[in-house]
Amino acid sequence: MTADLLLQAVVSGLLLGGVYGLVASGLSLVFGVLRIINFAHGAVMMLAMYTTYWLFTLAGIDPYLSIVVTGPLFFLIGMVIQRVVIEPNRFAAEHNQLLLTLGLALFLENLALVLWQGDFRSVRPSYAGASFVVGEALVEVPRLIACGGAIVMALALFAFLRLTDVGKAIRALSEEPEGAMLMGIDVGRIRAVAFGIGAGCVAVAGALVTPFFYVAPDVGESFNIIAFVVVVLGGMGNFVGALLGGFIVGLAESLGATLLPGSLKQLVVFGLFVLVLLFRPAGLFGGGRDR
Amino acid sequence: MTGEVLAGLALGLLLVAPPFLPPYFLEILISVMLFGYLGAAWNILGGYAGQFSFGHAAYFGIGAYTSTLLFLRLGVSPWLGMLAGGVLAAAFGLAAGYLSFRYGLRGPYFSLVTLAFAEMLRVIAVNTKAVGSSLGLVIPNREPAPVNFVFAGKLSYYYVILAMAVGAVWITRRVARSKLGYSLLAIRENEDAAEASGVDALGMKLRAMAISSFLTALGGTFYAQYFAYIDPTITFGPSVSIQGLLQAIVGGAGTVLGPVVGAFVLTPMSELSRAAIRGRAGVDVMLYGIVLILVISFLPRGILGSLRRRP
Amino acid sequence: MNLLEVDAVTKRFGGLTAVSRFSLTVGAGEIVGLIGPNGAGKTTVFHLLSGFYAPSAGAIRFKGVSVVGAKPHAICRRGLARTFQIVQPFVNLSALENVMVGAFNRTGDVMAARQRALEVLDFVGLGARRDVLARELTLSDRKRLEMARGLATRPELLLLDEVMSGLNPTEIEEIIGLIRRIHAQGVSLLIIEHVMRAIMALSQRIVVLHHGEKIAEGRPAEVARDPTVVEAYLGEEA
Repeated sequence: MTADLLLQAVVSGLLLGGVYGLVASGLSLVFGVLRIINFAHGAVMMLAMYTTYWLFTLAGIDPYLSIVVTGPLFFLIGMVIQRVVIEPNRFAAEHNQLLLTLGLALFLENLALVLWQGDFRSVRPSYAGASFVVGEALVEVPRLIACGGAIVMALALFAFLRLTDVGKAIRALSEEPEGAMLMGIDVGRIRAVAFGIGAGCVAVAGALVTPFFYVAPDVGESFNIIAFVVVVLGGMGNFVGALLGGFIVGLAESLGATLLPGSLKQLVVFGLFVLVLLFRPAGLFGGGRDR
Repeated sequence: MTGEVLAGLALGLLLVAPPFLPPYFLEILISVMLFGYLGAAWNILGGYAGQFSFGHAAYFGIGAYTSTLLFLRLGVSPWLGMLAGGVLAAAFGLAAGYLSFRYGLRGPYFSLVTLAFAEMLRVIAVNTKAVGSSLGLVIPNREPAPVNFVFAGKLSYYYVILAMAVGAVWITRRVARSKLGYSLLAIRENEDAAEASGVDALGMKLRAMAISSFLTALGGTFYAQYFAYIDPTITFGPSVSIQGLLQAIVGGAGTVLGPVVGAFVLTPMSELSRAAIRGRAGVDVMLYGIVLILVISFLPRGILGSLRRRP
Repeated sequence: MNLLEVDAVTKRFGGLTAVSRFSLTVGAGEIVGLIGPNGAGKTTVFHLLSGFYAPSAGAIRFKGVSVVGAKPHAICRRGLARTFQIVQPFVNLSALENVMVGAFNRTGDVMAARQRALEVLDFVGLGARRDVLARELTLSDRKRLEMARGLATRPELLLLDEVMSGLNPTEIEEIIGLIRRIHAQGVSLLIIEHVMRAIMALSQRIVVLHHGEKIAEGRPAEVARDPTVVEAYLGEEA
């Protein structure tokens, strides 16, 4: 492997890693507050990508601009899903709650399949092919924007959690559920908001990647797995860990692609996943659930 | 008692009626039996031991590929290949299980790691020319040769899968009424309390895993022989994992007949939905999603689990 | 040789020392009480004895053989059973099935296990409710169930962790009687309890734990008078 290839791999990996971090942050937040691993996370991202596609194709709205619509829209959708499907079952056994989100994922993915069929679609704004060179590495503008947008979104989320009342309530509920309830926090509402934020985050991530990712019903699945890996790596519920974990996984995947042919690069990510689950389930940075 | 009588009558019907059924219904019945079989296999680890595997496709695929490769490359009868696949799958299951259980993975983390293992096998299969890569393997010679697990008509395949399903149910019953069964239920309910009561949780879970993975692999061989075509997505993909899980959960995880009942509910439902909305793939799985949500929300112990006083 | 020998056992969790150089013996046929203010480390001791925690230092010998590093089920096999401070029944199983799990500790045969379980259920007074699901049992019955499950394993030493918490005076009297009957069957007991009159009445010897250290040991009357013990409890309330 040459230095050039290595540099390219690092650049690509970090750029995509930013997006992974945003996707994972949403998942991590949901876990922190609701204590469920949301299998439908990737499906929501996929639906956001379709929304972006339709807004672009039918109304000519630029994918980045449409975030203004997509983000809040999926925040609301997330809240509704939480209220209708998840909240009524909040006392169910853990594995049943997992099955609940699995059912949701199956439903949403196949709803997309039924409505829009399996053909790959793409969103190609005029700048889709723009790129520039840094040293020996090629940087594609949409990927750079996606990474930048993801980081901005993550920082905004971070500020929200730190500075606003709702954000603090979310953190309180996440760290000390019983204490939070005693403090008079409207737990039900916060749980819905948290899930909504998770959905909103992953929707923004979806919009950000549409210029360079195909749009199809199964595109969410690969992000799902990656999100799980990142969240476990970063520590389930550890928000900052999710961001850092995103970069690590992005890098690992990208470096794996230079070493292994075809789709074998996925083995690197899965392998990392298994190793972390076995040996450091609380995450590299700790703070996560231990097994 | 009435339950047993009903089951006996149903079995009688299942034995006697099929020769008179139109081919379409026979096909559906074969699907029902196959999914019920896979559900029963999953149920031993998932329903009784409470370890929800999301990656049982790993064993299904190992079974399918092992017997098919042995058949195509070495001319070994798939009946033998089936056993070989089962043993191989059990070995893999024991290894994966040992790693997972020994490192204390429970609940969702166990589910995730099983998913990872299955996906890894899928990716390896896709990238391995020797097993056909993503194009998969075809069993070209369809000349009837029972000794090679190739039959003339669907009816014979039906009786094979019926026998397998009955066998799986019988094994489940035997396990349920044994020390292993009680131990698994205890582990499912409260692993620490089970350990404190003398239950070797690791040993028992591994036993359940071995049985579950062995049986699932046999199903993979059946699939390969019946459809004469396998590829990584079909055999190692998430849909197989979900099928087994779904039958058991809907019908009643931790009950003997639950998975079969689940299959009798889900498969016709799937068929009807696909017939109702032609040309649109995914309607049936969409319904699966809704059913899963509804079952978890309103009937969390599944159909049979809710009828019985105890799961 | 004592049935149980705990030899200068220490348990650290990161920077926190939960148990410090704790020693204890239980002789065959004894009832020993383990008391101390909340957070003293009593349940931690039980976790150490039953194999859920490994000691950071020290030795634990049961029937002369070290049990350090042994898994809980292996320790149960050897004859040491325990109950949990917060009862842990198998909620979706019947009382009978719960106890059968314990009975399987000594047999692989379902009929034999069932027989043993029925005997033990009768012994603790739950015979009539054997087919009731554990989650439908009252707290008092669940406590009996947990003791029954432990007894079914045919232990030589039974660890009881606050079995009387949450019970009313009548129920406490009944449990005291039950513990005496268990003892009469030849089972040695190590009991954690906060209900003072119960532990004073039952124990032949009492060990007092405070901040993870043994601060007193002796006959119940002696321990009750011991100023360090009184201060430990009163200091807790202050």
